[in-house]
Amino acid sequence: MITKRIIPCLDVKDGRVVKGVKFKGLSDVSSPVELGQYYSSMGADELVFYDITASAEGRKLFTDILRQVASKIFIPLTVGGGISSIDDFDRVLKCGADKVSVNSGAIRDPELIREAAEKYGDQCVVLSVDVSLVDGQYRVFGRGGRDDTGLDAIDWIRKGVSLGAGEVVVNSIDTDGVKQGFDLPLLKKVCDAVNVPVIASGGAGSIDDFKELFREIPTVDAGLAASIFHFGEVEIPELKRQLSESGINVRMTGF
Amino acid sequence: MIGIIDYGLGNLFSLQSSIKEIGEEAVVTRDPEEIRRADRLILPGVGAFRDAAALLAKDGLGDLVKQEAAGGKPLLGICLGMQLLFDKGFEYGEYDGLGLIPGEIRDIRERIPEGLKVPHIGWNGLQIRDRKNPLFDGVNDGDCVYFVHSYSAVTPKENVLATTEYGGVLTAAAARGNVMGCQFHPEKSGTVGLRILRNFAEKGRIR
Repeated sequence: MITKRIIPCLDVKDGRVVKGVKFKGLSDVSSPVELGQYYSSMGADELVFYDITASAEGRKLFTDILRQVASKIFIPLTVGGGISSIDDFDRVLKCGADKVSVNSGAIRDPELIREAAEKYGDQCVVLSVDVSLVDGQYRVFGRGGRDDTGLDAIDWIRKGVSLGAGEVVVNSIDTDGVKQGFDLPLLKKVCDAVNVPVIASGGAGSIDDFKELFREIPTVDAGLAASIFHFGEVEIPELKRQLSESGINVRMTGF
Repeated sequence: MIGIIDYGLGNLFSLQSSIKEIGEEAVVTRDPEEIRRADRLILPGVGAFRDAAALLAKDGLGDLVKQEAAGGKPLLGICLGMQLLFDKGFEYGEYDGLGLIPGEIRDIRERIPEGLKVPHIGWNGLQIRDRKNPLFDGVNDGDCVYFVHSYSAVTPKENVLATTEYGGVLTAAAARGNVMGCQFHPEKSGTVGLRILRNFAEKGRIR
């Protein structure tokens, strides 16, 4: 059976990984290539690179770096951050991305999902959604979680999938950074609503949180996290070993 | 020199990089002379069978690949490129493939229980069915590779090299003589995938 994926997420600004990563044995902790290789060798199943650069120059640096990453790392690569047109898709796909994640760009123009899916295939389009509970309703937030769009999250995700999104990343604003576990009620709702892979994001603080995620929601496909991996609080080989021991099917890479 | 056939579909950057990584040279080409000169050929592809078959038929590229394969040159199809090696595909209608391996490309929904997600996306384990072909030398049963597909090959048992389990048994790799194909993406399957590419580059020969 298909395995549950573990996905580290790296924020890249002006071609460098930000959020201060602490690893022994890495000569350059802010090099996306070195870090990507490190995670790949540790058994990460996929890597997500978010471009948080605002300038055109930074964008150019990002694609240069992406090309270097893709020429050295042979697992699936997802790229997000500032994707708002078919040209943006084209730009990162040419540099070796396998999937492109859209967030605010798709909120502004949902047709972007359809156009991209028709051009590159559903499997290439990842809908990333920032969600928070407001007055008992799951709402979509735009602009990096700053603006309440008023959109109902489940409706928006359903719509995105019907337009052609082949995967959904659900980032819970409410659990993000709290390190008390993934937002299970939200994720359950999303998994019940769509029949494409769902990637859980926001809230992982320990190995047990991943265990709970996959045990409580067998239909969720992947767990994504950033700082707990970067700071070595959760190490992927150990995480996978423990998941496997508790009967969750993961890819073991034999380290 | 490995010739990666460029018929206008798919992103060939990773594939080319992975060939470089295993220490082989690769050229991405649609030039008949270069294709003839190559020691081995890879037929890549992402997208729908219908469009790919049409693009491949253009300028006689498909016929050239068939001739080269008939002459004994090792040929590896990847993902949609693998599907094109078979007689027919049934995505958006019925379309002819290259007919190099007997069989048809069918919707995986015909063989898996309802409710399972389609496409079949992610890392899944291999069961090696034929060890006479060297493509999976050094690869163990259960080793995971990366899949992204909604259709897969239905072919007589003697052509099946490896299978994977997704609610039902799906063909993960197939071969007939010097022609072989992987439904998964070896260029995205980490060290296991690189091993498979190396096997093709070094051995890629007939059983």
